[in-house]
Amino acid sequence: MSMLTLTVNGKRVKREVSPQTLLTDFIREHLRLTGTHVGCDTAQCGACTVHLDGHAVKACNMLAVQAEGMALTTIEGLAGADGTMHPMQAAFNACHGLQCGFCTPGMVMSAIDLVKHHPHATETQIREGLEGNFCRCTGYQNIVRAVQQAATA
Amino acid sequence: MNARQNFIGQSVLRREDGRFLTGRGQYTDDIVLPQQAYGVFLRSPHAHARITSISTTAAEAADGVVAIYTGEHFKAVGGLPCGWLINNIDGTPMKEPRHPILADGKVRYVGDRVALVVADSIDQAKAAVALIEVDYEVLGAVSDVAKAAGAPALHDESPDNRCYLWSIGDKDGTDEAFKTAAHVTTLTFRNNRLVPNAIEPRAANAAYNPSSEEYTLYVANQNPHVERLLMCAFVLGIPEHKMRVVAPDVGGGFGSKIFLYGEETALVWASKQVGRPIKWTAERSESFLSDAHGRDHLTTSELALDKDGKFLAMRVHTQANLGAYLSTFSTAVPTILYATLMAGQYSTPKICVTVDAVFTNTAPVDAYRGAGRPEATYTVERTVETAAHELGIDPAELRRRNFITTFPYATPVGLTYDTGDYNATLTRALELADVAGFAARKAASAEQGMKRGLGYSCYIEACGIAPSAVAGALGARAGLFEAGEVRVHPTGKVTVFTGSHSHGQGHETTFAQVVADKLGIPMEDINIEHGDTGKVLFGMGTYGSRSLAVGGTAIVKALDKVIAKGKKIAAHLMEAADTDVVFENGLFKVAGTDKSVPFAQVSLTAYVPHNFPHDKLEPGLNENAFYDPSNFTYPAGSYVCEVEVDPATGVTRIERFTAVDDFGNVINPMIVEGQVHGGLAQGIGQAMLEHGVYDDEGQLISGSYMDYTMPRADDIPHFTVETAKGTPCTHNPLGVKGCGEAGAIGSPPAVINAICHALGIKNLSMPATPHVVWQAARSAA
Repeated sequence: MSMLTLTVNGKRVKREVSPQTLLTDFIREHLRLTGTHVGCDTAQCGACTVHLDGHAVKACNMLAVQAEGMALTTIEGLAGADGTMHPMQAAFNACHGLQCGFCTPGMVMSAIDLVKHHPHATETQIREGLEGNFCRCTGYQNIVRAVQQAATA
Repeated sequence: MNARQNFIGQSVLRREDGRFLTGRGQYTDDIVLPQQAYGVFLRSPHAHARITSISTTAAEAADGVVAIYTGEHFKAVGGLPCGWLINNIDGTPMKEPRHPILADGKVRYVGDRVALVVADSIDQAKAAVALIEVDYEVLGAVSDVAKAAGAPALHDESPDNRCYLWSIGDKDGTDEAFKTAAHVTTLTFRNNRLVPNAIEPRAANAAYNPSSEEYTLYVANQNPHVERLLMCAFVLGIPEHKMRVVAPDVGGGFGSKIFLYGEETALVWASKQVGRPIKWTAERSESFLSDAHGRDHLTTSELALDKDGKFLAMRVHTQANLGAYLSTFSTAVPTILYATLMAGQYSTPKICVTVDAVFTNTAPVDAYRGAGRPEATYTVERTVETAAHELGIDPAELRRRNFITTFPYATPVGLTYDTGDYNATLTRALELADVAGFAARKAASAEQGMKRGLGYSCYIEACGIAPSAVAGALGARAGLFEAGEVRVHPTGKVTVFTGSHSHGQGHETTFAQVVADKLGIPMEDINIEHGDTGKVLFGMGTYGSRSLAVGGTAIVKALDKVIAKGKKIAAHLMEAADTDVVFENGLFKVAGTDKSVPFAQVSLTAYVPHNFPHDKLEPGLNENAFYDPSNFTYPAGSYVCEVEVDPATGVTRIERFTAVDDFGNVINPMIVEGQVHGGLAQGIGQAMLEHGVYDDEGQLISGSYMDYTMPRADDIPHFTVETAKGTPCTHNPLGVKGCGEAGAIGSPPAVINAICHALGIKNLSMPATPHVVWQAARSAA
């Protein structure tokens, strides 16, 4: 077992983990933050996307111990302390950018990273930028609209 | 103003979004119960083999193992039932071999369940699975629907691997009509096998409470009451009142979570044996192998036309792959949900459809978004468009010459369309797609060495499944009504319980709009509850685009009862005659006076009945209703796809995709458009990307997201979607038709028609990958 220390949604967390524990399992099973989802076993679907030190990463593709000393933000950590949603969350609601909600946390985390790096992305760039996140419900059109709206918020 | 204008027809933002956007959704795998144990299944690596021995000795000794079960343990319980009996042409019933919970001496597809290991952790269960020793005697396998007849038999009772040979329509009349035809168009094609791929994998968590002798099953499922009924009555013999099924937040279904599967059945049974709750969540590779797949037809269609392009008759022969076992509704998909749609939007007088359904060594095939109707639409719309090109008639014009224009219209294949206006949707689609400007765009593409094409699809589908009596006459072993309950609380707040289930459709918003409109109260005062047999009185669930048309109507019927009782209470309070009371905008009024009492005062009176007409009424304000529709609903529309093909590489881009749908009345246009978007993406996925491929040995070679091409954001075009003003459904009070499957039903032929048009070819197989298109372009050149 290894000792893992990191910041999770702004709070310092210290836990013992097995070195082979995936970051997704650490988030879901150890921390019980179940907003981060697992939709595949080949790092394709992106439902597990979280932020580590401000960068979007697929948590299924990392070991928990690799997050040592880093700042982890999950979907639960996006809204303000008073419950005000992040502009990207609000835009997904306003644009009907989600249906079943399962891909949504990962999609929102990826979209925030995308807008941060490409604040003036075109529709084509947004579609290419979200290539690592599957959505089976929406056909992506309203997700693209949401990202465009959040980028101008 | 009338409150109706405040809610129905408005794009109210979804109330369920908040929890999903903040990580507070609760899906099955999110639930951990006290003393939680975990289940992992050992699955067959062979497509067809006899199990000569299984040794679990080493696995049982492994760390953390609680129990191991094999087919031996399930010999005494029932097999998984098939919910729809189809009879052969000669009147004999279909072959219905046992579908065991765990393999019973034989495995019949790769992924077939062989053993269940229960352990303290998933990792321990997986480690133990690897220690189970199974000896297999490998048998010959078949995966291709066309080769099933001569292949080794999967089931003893079906030596030729045929489940049924079924037919509908006037065979002799159709054959006669073909003899008089001026032109016959013939097309042979496959409808490619698809893997549903809801992003939430299937999952279940089963617990047994020995003190109450009750089971609780949390399961990612679209119809918890049906799940309970099938599992209790047909498989495990558990008294239905001792079983609670909860389908919490469910991450997409698309049909694949309708069915009763062996996994959750095994978990429920085993949870009592081990005295602990057992959770299983499919890994994606497991979902690919074991979720019920969709489509997989091989069809030859023939269309007979007279010299003016009028359709005389259609003759269709389809071989349908049912997979290794009969999944819950599998047998109805290539028959009742397919052949009955073969009239399409056209007044074709004679139609005959024959379906040869076979077993193969592949995952069971069942309903997937559209379920039979995409296959029918592909058959009709590919054939009609091909006929138009063969005859040199504009494809839109050929369709217009044959549209049904008077309603109700009884088709030659068993349905009666209640209403529609196919010319209107086609005209609007042609405008929106700027078909008039196509020639110029084609010329511009040609200058760049690119090929541009236009494809149409005018679909119709039958949904809002179904009138129970009709379904029963056609072989259904279940009713197909829906149930709803309106519980008015003393303060005038309302909880509505529906037997429909939302797994993305937004019922918590749409249904609340209907209730708010009817009762004239704010949406905040209304809660929609679904997905729990412990709360909801009954339900048949969500599939076949039935939630609003059937489930919503059940709620409306219950609301009518609430209002009727409320009027009597209000009449008593206002000392008026019952018949003089009207209900408008949340107020019970004495007609023609200024006397009124608000809804909340009536509800309070119902629960604090001090001044109450006890001689006429019971206290309380709580009503339920069951609604069984008198017909299907028939959404229809016109889709236009415009593609540009690079003949040098086969890369095809959808430049424009236009969809105009007639869904009758619309409660929430935003949600309806979202449903169309999603359906279109799945239909375009089928046409261009997705393919469940088995090799000749029965190995699934597109069994992960590395191999199976899921539509990604940059694969899908920007859609132009419009919901037509529409023809309201004539037989439900909301005037609504289903919208959930239309996009997936209508779009594949539009795409393939467009690519064929671009390349000037007659036929092209799905999915039209760059490789397929490149080969077609080369052979056409």
